[in-house]
Amino acid sequence: MNGVHDMGGMHGLGPIEVEPDEPVFHAPWEGRVIALGDAMGPWGRWSVDRFRYLRETIRPADYLTKPYYEQWLMTFVRLFREAGLISETELASGRPDAGEAKREPKIRIADVARVAGREDTARREGGAPPRFRPGDAVVARNINPAGHTRLPRYARGKHGVIDRDHGVFVFPDTNAHGEGERPQHVYSVRFAARELWGEQAAPRDSVYLDLWDDHLDSA
Amino acid sequence: MNDDHRHDLPSDPALRVKALESLLVEKGYVDPAALDALVETYETKIGPHVGARVVARAWVDPDFRRTLLSDAKRALTDLGITGWRSANLVAVENTAQVHNLVVCTLCSCYPWSVLGLPPTWYKSAPYRSRAVIDPRGVLREFGVELPEDVEIRVWDSTAELRYLVVPERPPGSEGLGEDALAALVTRDSMIGTGLARPPDAAAGSPA
Repeated sequence: MNGVHDMGGMHGLGPIEVEPDEPVFHAPWEGRVIALGDAMGPWGRWSVDRFRYLRETIRPADYLTKPYYEQWLMTFVRLFREAGLISETELASGRPDAGEAKREPKIRIADVARVAGREDTARREGGAPPRFRPGDAVVARNINPAGHTRLPRYARGKHGVIDRDHGVFVFPDTNAHGEGERPQHVYSVRFAARELWGEQAAPRDSVYLDLWDDHLDSA
Repeated sequence: MNDDHRHDLPSDPALRVKALESLLVEKGYVDPAALDALVETYETKIGPHVGARVVARAWVDPDFRRTLLSDAKRALTDLGITGWRSANLVAVENTAQVHNLVVCTLCSCYPWSVLGLPPTWYKSAPYRSRAVIDPRGVLREFGVELPEDVEIRVWDSTAELRYLVVPERPPGSEGLGEDALAALVTRDSMIGTGLARPPDAAAGSPA
């Protein structure tokens, strides 16, 4: 979707504010949000793609101003509701609905080391054969889906060169919407900075994006 | 989807998280003690100290450096670093000719396995918007001025690959051992917004 989350190349968003000696969490609730997401994962089995899409649908004014972990909280609440794990009335009352049987937590202290550091699950064996090889000239497709995509606006229609093939991964653009994993090759694609931004860019600089076969055509 | 006003969790995020947690505990989904342990893991187990160890090893061991740059997963496994999506790590090396900078313009993708959770500025709109269009301006804001003939490569983390910058080893560090070298490797130098510290400044800011 052409939302405010797709920020590459925008101006006017202010100076970069670096906080010296920044703590991992600024308040206990921030850590609690991540932990709740991890502990709820086995109940819902949502994908990272769905998570990212739901965060993208936060109201633009909120996306630009609400603290990061508050946006995660908003997104997790949506995921929990989508998965049918909590109801509207429970969110309103803060109490389980009448007649709800109490469950047993799926993650206990003994499971934490395994759950917290779990390996990536988006890589797939097999899948479609690669459409491109390193060195191939490509052009990023000019697509503007209203749903989730990992092809940023600033690269659409631009010419680049395949730098390397990273192997086969789930395709987020469909997976985020329950339309299948469509596993396919992901490549680092090198775009000259001047191809993306014009003459204002330094002549030898470049931007590398990781893109899927379905984002690319031969050039 | 913009229906956040439809539920009645309190507006203060701390209170909202508390209300949500107590609901989930009452329904039996989560164990508060496991939540404590998860938070502690994020605060202590992962962080830039892990990446600094990887970089210091690459500085002293040419074979390890080659493996790290061609197959980072294997290099990390050799150091006993696994999980946290380390299987999809890619290491890119800064040299006198090339400077690498990492960003995620679409969200907040960051190499948790070697750097832990990202700092606020990395996830912020100013950094995400400008790193790709004006990397030299961004670097100047971080106090890094590169010669014009240095080629800048910006890595936009749009997929599940995660990028670690191997900074240049600072001059004057020739006689140092791995632990002393690791102390020179800052978080920002592994994102590309900083350089490794010279040895005499090692007692300074940890960023």
